[in-house]
Amino acid sequence: MKQLSSRQYVIAGMVVAICLTYIGRLFYIQIVDDKYKIMAVNNAIRRIVDYPPRGVIYDRTGKLLVANQAAYDLMVIPNQVKDCDTTELCRLINIDKQGFKDRFAKLKKQNHPWYQPAVFEGQLSGRAYAALQEKLYDFQGFYVQARTIRNYPKSVGAHLLGYVGEVSEKIVKDSSYYLMGDYIGLSGIEKSYEVPLRGIRGVRHVEKDVFNRERAAFADGRFDTLGIAGVDLTSSIDLDLQEYGEKLMKNKIGSIVAIEPATGEILALVSSPTYDPNLLVGHERSKNYVVLLRDTMKPLFNRALMASYPPGSTFKIANALVGQEIGVVTPDTRYSCNRGFSAGGVHVGCHAHASPVDLKFSITTSCNAYYCNVFRSIVEHYKPSEAGYRTWRDYIMSFGFGAKLPSDLPNELRGNVPSAEYYNKMYGKGRWKALSVISLGIGQGEMGVTPLQMANYTATLANRGWYILPHAIKKVGDKPIGVYNPKFGEKHYTKVQKKYFDVVVDAMANVMTNGTGRIAQIDSIQLGGKTGTAQNPHGKDHSIFICFGPVANPKIAIAVYVENAGFGATWAAPIASLMIEKYLKGKTKRPEMEKRMMEGVVLPVYEKKTSATPVDE
Amino acid sequence: MREQRSIVQNIDWPLLVIYIVLVTMGWLNIYAAVYDPENISLFDLDMQYGKQAMFIGICALVGTVILFTDGKLFPTFSFWIYAFMMLLLVATIFLGKNVHGSRSWLNIGGGFSLQPAELAKFATCLALARFLSEINVKMAKLQTRLICAAIIGFPVLIILLQNETGLAIVYFSFVFVMYREGLPGGYLLLGFAVLVLFILTLLVEKTILFSVIGAIAILVFMFLGKRRFSRLLRIAVVAAIAIGFTLSVDYIFTKVLQPHQSIRITALLGKIDPSQMKEAKKGVLYNVNQSKIAIGSGGLVGKGWTKGTQTKYDFVPEQDTDFIFCTVGEEWGFLGSTTVLLLFMTLILRIIYIAERQKAPFTRIYAYGVASILMFHLMVNVGMTLGLMPVIGIPLPFFSYGGSSLLGFTILLFILIRLDSYRMQIL
Repeated sequence: MKQLSSRQYVIAGMVVAICLTYIGRLFYIQIVDDKYKIMAVNNAIRRIVDYPPRGVIYDRTGKLLVANQAAYDLMVIPNQVKDCDTTELCRLINIDKQGFKDRFAKLKKQNHPWYQPAVFEGQLSGRAYAALQEKLYDFQGFYVQARTIRNYPKSVGAHLLGYVGEVSEKIVKDSSYYLMGDYIGLSGIEKSYEVPLRGIRGVRHVEKDVFNRERAAFADGRFDTLGIAGVDLTSSIDLDLQEYGEKLMKNKIGSIVAIEPATGEILALVSSPTYDPNLLVGHERSKNYVVLLRDTMKPLFNRALMASYPPGSTFKIANALVGQEIGVVTPDTRYSCNRGFSAGGVHVGCHAHASPVDLKFSITTSCNAYYCNVFRSIVEHYKPSEAGYRTWRDYIMSFGFGAKLPSDLPNELRGNVPSAEYYNKMYGKGRWKALSVISLGIGQGEMGVTPLQMANYTATLANRGWYILPHAIKKVGDKPIGVYNPKFGEKHYTKVQKKYFDVVVDAMANVMTNGTGRIAQIDSIQLGGKTGTAQNPHGKDHSIFICFGPVANPKIAIAVYVENAGFGATWAAPIASLMIEKYLKGKTKRPEMEKRMMEGVVLPVYEKKTSATPVDE
Repeated sequence: MREQRSIVQNIDWPLLVIYIVLVTMGWLNIYAAVYDPENISLFDLDMQYGKQAMFIGICALVGTVILFTDGKLFPTFSFWIYAFMMLLLVATIFLGKNVHGSRSWLNIGGGFSLQPAELAKFATCLALARFLSEINVKMAKLQTRLICAAIIGFPVLIILLQNETGLAIVYFSFVFVMYREGLPGGYLLLGFAVLVLFILTLLVEKTILFSVIGAIAILVFMFLGKRRFSRLLRIAVVAAIAIGFTLSVDYIFTKVLQPHQSIRITALLGKIDPSQMKEAKKGVLYNVNQSKIAIGSGGLVGKGWTKGTQTKYDFVPEQDTDFIFCTVGEEWGFLGSTTVLLLFMTLILRIIYIAERQKAPFTRIYAYGVASILMFHLMVNVGMTLGLMPVIGIPLPFFSYGGSSLLGFTILLFILIRLDSYRMQIL
């Protein structure tokens, strides 16, 4: 019997072993392994995001540029989808069965966690939502998230305003704020003012039961945050002027940028062809995006900021200013021009005009020879000529050329004022001189300027020597932009003294009265302008015009590019003139010109070039 | 009067205290499991916790009655009690109502029903103790073993007929009682070997398994003991039986076990058949997974009473009955669930200690019966919620909601307390 009683230890040992094993297991799943805690949260706690409305945007006169409208995202929590009446759901949101499967396949491909909500079908209209809502209890795992999406009452300013889209995986990964399913400004003002516009999303945590019903606030709302609405912006854009500019640019390729010289505020920024910004909103957004993306006219491309053209003859003014500052030219300096400039085997043609010409008349008549001489004098004023070139380049860049300004709009192009290094590489150090790059004197060659830089240059001329970085936003909430971002209140001076500007402004006024810009003259307003033609290796030259007015107290400075339209005076000048008149007078008095501009079609014609040099009128 | 005072003096208070603590904790957890934040009332008879409170009251009454009965009555009437319970079991098959395919519930009026299978445990325990405690009964005899098997086997058979596999399996725990009373340890080892072989068959490729069995047989013959022909023959027979058993596992699996039962086993082993996956995910895998989530989310100290979201919002099925341990794990955390396990361990070890201090074999054997049943329930029930045991629907003693189970365990334990308090009067 004694032997048998020792068997109690075997049995007791088993009890202890079982209990210890279980305690070990408990230790593992309750303390070591976090997996179950996360799964429990996903099980029972639903995170409801409260997306505050995005700030709206007004134009400078208080008219709505960008408004909001309600939309509804159909969300899915994949692992909660059970026994779903697929056919009915597909019918309600107007997709086919394959589309239904594809959405899940896509989530799988993205490695989307199966217990986390994802947008199943975004931005449903109010009507689609109403139909869906009644049946929603039938579709376990689906719910609707209310959102606000953009609405553009006037359908203008697409490039300027930009668009809003869902964040990409990359953005989510790189940012501490964004989460899958959030919206973010992807271009234009929406992008550069994303933070004030979006506000801060709020989050509620709600406990839900096994039937997916919401039961109570989790932890009495301790982890909840209130959403903060986005800030409204006041843009410097004049809605009417913007709309008018887009009408004028219809069926043309190019850009208009208008700036208020005293403030640097952008009054209009047109890139043509454009598109209706309402296309990139709502349910059809992605379909429309693809259509726009494939359009050979590239309507999504913002030419005002991202197209780089030679400045053409408008650049002569800059050279006249730099020449004076350096001391190689005075208003009385005369050069003769016999149908162009010839030196050392280089010939730059010019049109027939009286000769010799002084500084003022050289601008009025846009003499090529004069500026070849000026440019050569500037560069050869120093030894070696590379040093001269570097000096010239410094001066030119002080006008805002060759670098991002930067404005408050994203994706600006730098443009190009070729560096001495570039030519050293091209020709070899010491093996190039002023004559090698003489076309820079008349704004051709490698020079690249964006329409925005061009408008800023015009504003600088209007201000007689300084500019404020162009910006499209006047106020963020109640804060003036100069307070919100002081860099938009600072004056940037060029390296040319104010006194040298008077003569060129005078000349620009002459351009309008008896020079190349006569067609753009407005009887009641004194304007200063300059025509230009940019060489285009791919086809007909681009038509350029810069203009500001009134000369005494400039309210608007404008740059117009019309691609493949030939001389500056034919298309760009009338358009600029009409814009100025519209802005300063509120209406235009030249219906025939307006009609001709609006109805004119200037689309690229790829002709064979015969002359390597541009000939201005 | 003297008699009564001696009972109070001789009661094993640790047992009684642990019992009271466990039942109280059980009730608190049932309350939390069915807790509805929008509808709070402590003793609502429409809710499980209200009913359980009533069951606890009944059990207190029954327990008290047992404590004040003459201890001698239990050995005397063991067989009669056993016979009565077996009759009730058989009758239940015919009179019982059909609950989800099982016929183990007797309607006793007032909206309540009784599950005799829960009560048959203490009766079987009494009968086994009564039989084995007889002077001329020796475990060495085959006859004794067969009679034991019959006493245990009869209720198993009937409960299986009632379609309550889980409750039937519990009776196999009596093998530990027999072991303590002299059944050779080889039987336990054999049982263990069968279990291991069974699991291996499901986990390992058959060809590999056969090779391993063959290799072991050859190694045993070569290196252990003398190389006689008779020995070779014996080893060969054992190996053949082993291989035969593995071959029959498939048959057992597909023909003897019901599909939901085999899924529970394969699910536990992580070897689930793809064709059964869908069903498993909704059923057994879902239960076990939710159970682990609930327990795992408890952390060190738990979410607090009635604060468990998995519990409160019904993510774990059977949360108030078979899966009550999830509530403990979620709301009381590692500290709470460990405390419960340690309480059970203390209870069972205390019972074994009590068993060994008896002069009367009847009480000792009965006590081992109680210990074995509690151990088995604890092992299977808690193991199942932790994903270490297949899902077998048996309650956690004193915790799970249910009058029959609570009454069954109360009677089981209180008879022991009564018998133990009586030990001094046995010379």
